[in-house]
This record gives sequence, C-alpha cells and structure tokens, in this order.
Amino acid sequence: MTERQTARSEETAGNGILTISDLTVAIHGKEILRGVDLTLEQGRVHGLAGESGSGKTMTGLAVLGLLPHGARTRGRIELAGRDLLSLAPKRLNAVRGAEVAMVFQDPATSLHPMLPVGRQLTEHMRHHLRLGRAEARDRAIDLMRKVRIPGPEEAIDRYPHQFSGGMRQRIAIAVALACSPKVLIADEPTTALDVTVQAGILRLLRGLCDDLGLAVLLVTHDLGVMSAVADEVSVMKDGLVVETGPRGEVLREPRHAYTRALLDALPENARAAEDAGTESSEVEPA
Amino acid sequence: MTLLTVDDLVVEHRTPGRPVVRAVAGASLSVAAGEVVGLVGESGCGKSTLARAVCGIGRPASGTIAFEGRPVKPLGLRRRDRALTGVQMVFQDPYASLNPRRRVGDQIADGLRAAADTATTPADLLDRVGLPREFATRYPHEFSGGQRQRIAIARALAARPSLLIGDEPISALDASAQAQVARLMRDLAVESGAGLLFISHDLSVVRLIADRIAVMYLGKIVEVGRTAEVWADPRHPYTRALLGAIPAPDGAGVLPAELPGDVPDPAAPPPGCRFHPRCPKVMDVCREREPEFGPVACWLHEPA
Ligand SMILES: Nc1ncnc2c1ncn2[C@@H]1O[C@H](COP(=O)(O)OP(=O)(O)OP(=O)(O)O)[C@@H](O)[C@H]1O
Ligand SMILES: Nc1ncnc2c1ncn2[C@@H]1O[C@H](COP(=O)(O)OP(=O)(O)O)[C@@H](O)[C@H]1O
Ligand code: SF4
Ligand SMILES: [Mg+2]
Ligand SMILES: [Mg+2]
Repeated sequence: MTERQTARSEETAGNGILTISDLTVAIHGKEILRGVDLTLEQGRVHGLAGESGSGKTMTGLAVLGLLPHGARTRGRIELAGRDLLSLAPKRLNAVRGAEVAMVFQDPATSLHPMLPVGRQLTEHMRHHLRLGRAEARDRAIDLMRKVRIPGPEEAIDRYPHQFSGGMRQRIAIAVALACSPKVLIADEPTTALDVTVQAGILRLLRGLCDDLGLAVLLVTHDLGVMSAVADEVSVMKDGLVVETGPRGEVLREPRHAYTRALLDALPENARAAEDAGTESSEVEPA
Repeated sequence: MTLLTVDDLVVEHRTPGRPVVRAVAGASLSVAAGEVVGLVGESGCGKSTLARAVCGIGRPASGTIAFEGRPVKPLGLRRRDRALTGVQMVFQDPYASLNPRRRVGDQIADGLRAAADTATTPADLLDRVGLPREFATRYPHEFSGGQRQRIAIARALAARPSLLIGDEPISALDASAQAQVARLMRDLAVESGAGLLFISHDLSVVRLIADRIAVMYLGKIVEVGRTAEVWADPRHPYTRALLGAIPAPDGAGVLPAELPGDVPDPAAPPPGCRFHPRCPKVMDVCREREPEFGPVACWLHEPA
C-alpha cells in the first residue's frame, strides 16, 4: 500500500460533502477497487484520471449503488455524514437521483429515446420531489434554460433524436440536475462531443459548481479538460488512487511516476517528442 | 501517387416533404498512397456523407471522385464489397459492422477471400492488430469495444485495400483505448502502403496520426495543410476557433473559448461565406460572395 501514501487527501479534508474512504470492491473474487480514498467538496470539481480499467467508472458507480450484480463492497462512502454503503436499498434509491446524480459519455445512456425530454425531467421531479404536474413543467423549462437549450418552452416537447449531440448531453445534465443533487458524477461527459461543444459543457459544469455549490466528480482521460475545470485532481492505477492534489501541482509537477508517464503520453506531448525525433513513452493516455 | 481525388463534390440528401439537404457542397480533397489525411469538423458538417460517397454509397449530385485514376461509380450496397475491395471502411460502431452470429475468424476470412489471399490466415491478422491468435474462434459479443474495433480493422485490412477510411472509428471506444486504436490504424495502413482517410472530431488524436489535415465546415473543406503547419499557424477563422477550443493541459485552469452559435442547417446555408454568421473577422464581402478557392477558403486568404 505504499502507493497510497503519496495521496494528499488529508490536506483537503474538512468541508467534504462526499468522502470515500478505503473503498474496496470485488467482483467474482477479483478486487477491482483496492482501497480508494477520495473527497469531494461543495462548489468544487474533482478530476479523476487513470488508464483504462483502473477503476474510475467503478468508483462512480459505487457511489450511486449501481455496481454490477455480485459485487462485494467494503469501506465507507459518506454523503453529508451518512454512510451510503450501510443504507437499505430503498433508502439508497431515494438518495440516488435526488442527492447524487450521474452523467455518462454517451447521452443515450441517460436519455430514453421514446420519451419527450420534458417528461424525462418532470418524471424525476414528480417522483423524488413530489411536485405537481404544472410545477414540474415550470421547473423543467427552467432547467432547460439553465443548460442553455434555446426555446425551452417548445423544446421540452421534443424527443432526444431531435437534438444535436451537444444538446443531448446538455439535456442529460439537466435531467441529472432535476432534483438539485449535491453531487454530480460526470464520467467522460464530453468525450463524444466536438471541442466547440465541449467548451460550452465545461463552462456549464464550472458555472454549476460556482453558482449552485454543486460538487462534481469529473472522470476524464483528457488532461486538457482536467486542466480547464478541475480544482483537485486524482489519478488512479490498478484500483487505487495513486496521486491527489491541487490541479496545478499534479499537472505541472506530478509526484508519481505513473502520472508523469500519463502526461508524457498525451497526444500533444507524444507528437512534440516525435517531432523532436525522440521516442515517446509506451503508456497511452488514459 | 495520388490515390483518391475528390473534386468539387456535391452530395444531397432528399427526404420527401423536406427541403433538400446539401450535406457536401462542393468539397475537394486528395489522399496519396501511404498518406494519412485527417478530416475534421463539427458534427453534421458532412464528413460521413463524403466518406460514403467515396465508397460508392450514394449518388453525387455533381463533381467527381476518382480512385486510382478511375471514376468511382455509385453502387448498390450489395455489390459494393466485391467491386470496391480497394476501399475499406471502418465505422464508428464496431457492433454494427460485425455479424454477431459468425466467428470473427470467419468474418476476417471473407476479406482474405475477396483479396484472393491464400497465404494469410485470420489468426495472422489478429496478430497484426494486437490480439491473441486464438480469438479467431470466438464471437463478437465476447470482446470489449476496443477489441471489437481491432477486429473490424483486421477484417478491413484482410481485403488488402489501397485506401482505408475510418469514420469516427475511435469515438465509441473507451476514452483510454482511443489513441491506441488510432495509432494502430495509422501504422497498419502506412506499413501496407495504403492511404488512410481518418475522420474524427478528436483533434488531438488527428494531430497525433495525420500527415495532412482537412477542415470541413458545413459541406465544404475550408482549410487543408500539413498537420504541423495548420497546428502552428491555423489560417481560416473556423480552424482557429476549433483549435482554440482545445483546452491546454497546462494546469492553468483556463476555460476554452466557446464558438458562438450552432452549425447552421445545411438545408439553408447562409449566403456568401458559410461561416460568416459565426466569424469574428466577418467583412462586407463575406456576406455576399462565397470564397471558392483553396487552400484556405476565406476572403482574408485569397490567393494572389
Ligand atoms: N460488469 C463487470 N463485471 C466484472 N468486471 C468488471 C465489470 N465492469 C468493469 N469491470 C472491471 O473492473 C475494472 C475497473 O473498470 P472501470 O470500468 O471502473 O475502469 P475505468 O477506469 O472506468 O476504465 P475506462 O477508462 O476504460 O473507462 C476493470 O478491471 C474491468 O475489467
Ligand atoms: N440519410 C440522410 N437523410 C437526410 N439527411 C441526412 C442523411 N444523412 C445525413 N444527413 C444530413 O446531412 C448533413 C451531414 O451529415 P453527415 O455527413 O452525417 O455529417 P458528419 O458525419 O460530419 O457528422 C447533416 O445535416 C445530416 O443531418
Ligand atoms: S470569408 Fe469572411 S466570414 Fe468567412 S471565414 Fe473569412 S473572414 Fe470569416
Ligand atoms: Mg470508464
Ligand atoms: Mg459522421
């Protein structure tokens, strides 16, 4: 466990809204997470990087209680003082969607293709917040405006396929925000989008943290994205967080050799190394 | 040697009761043997429509496509495979391009048969795309997205194409597998002397693998150049906006600049320069006359 000693999570402890400690997840006897420590704070974006299969998505799913069947979990996931891992399934259901929400790489994962987007927004609110029909509709229009969908009054009656990819991802974010969650887990939310559209989504996420005090766990392989919006950055490898720290420190002076390799493997750095005629690292960007 | 020449190509989509969508509106592009050309541009700008026309899918409204010196004729979907094995395409969705009910080895063997290649085995091709040889007896569902895309690449290569086209071949993959698969496509195409037209919205990956880059906006190629040069000195305002939207991994916490507005409807493109409603450098002439020249289709860069 020497790797974990490089984590600097203690320094940021205190006003954490979500604290994951020593989280271990095993599926079919194989340990996928091996003692993850991670703290999210209100109004801050925590970036999570790491190579494919290192456990980023599993960490997010564990918080939502959405791990695959047969997963065995140990450790603590504390949301505002309550341990989610010891909640009864029914209580956990209430927390999920209302207090913690998730957005995925593919907006199709979050949106139902056959339902008008307005219904997908209001159904959530009517279920979790017990709002009436008219009230829910007003709030849905409001949310669509917040994620900057033009003409929200008319747009809420349209179906997902009638929007562009970038707009669908904005709507998926609106659905995630429907019940005013405290924590948003965004797993590669801009990987499928054009850079011009990505810029808008990143500004949106940053604004939601700054204005609404949302805590965001942003899983991304793109260290540029990380650099643009994350306050803290953690890096995972083989089911462990191997480095945590303020954005500038981790990206400019990575302490862990693995993080260094990750930065060297960035397309821009790999290209620069190739242009300079040197061999680039074998590690691919994760 | 120029392998593919697309000249002033126009492709339209017609749906009854709706206005004609001119998805490719006079685009010109070339790919040489052994060359990797990256085609970039926002979603909906016409990249896939162009790629499909090169494969003989869809009938161009005007313009020409020449492959190895011969014009490409539109083909029925069924006849395409045999007549055009020289061009192979790898699509975004590896689920859609592989038959779920056939062993992957058998599917790769189809390509070998098309190229009348009796010396190579499916296992050899799996080897080349970095998969264990014994995977040949398995079915597509037994693989991850990244592995499946490698299989689709192996099958495309089996036909010994002289031009490989990847239409967003990495965007459905796990983020961490994207650069690997892109490099693999580049290496295998270049090794075999084939050209590669690599379509992607991921600019940093295109930068990593492309010799030249073509920037498409609303049906037209607005800038073409050597990748390193375009990167160092983008000239078209749209190219500048695209590159400017890439966040730098410098730890500085700077949000990337947003390009205002959406890609306009290709059924009703703006008059004059198609980029003018979003262009920070717009001039009077831009609203009236379309800049119909290259390598940078912009009135600020009119050739002398
Ligand atoms: N449904 C599942 N059943 C069993 N093992 C799984 C399942 N899903 C993922 N795993 C395993 O869990 C580990 C962590 O996977 P996870 O999806 O969290 O990776 P990740 O860091 O999100 O990777 P990527 O960057 O590719 O998305 C991997 O070893 C993976 O093979
Ligand atoms: N089969 C089709 N019928 C009608 N319109 C289409 C069809 N395919 C694409 N289009 C339209 O043509 C334009 C270009 O699409 P496409 O070539 O798929 O763009 P890209 O691949 O760059 O995202 C878009 O406006 C799209 O909606
Ligand atoms: S022609 Fe005019 S509007 Fe078009 S890109 Fe150039 S400056 Fe901008
Ligand atoms: Mg993942
Ligand atoms: Mg496309």
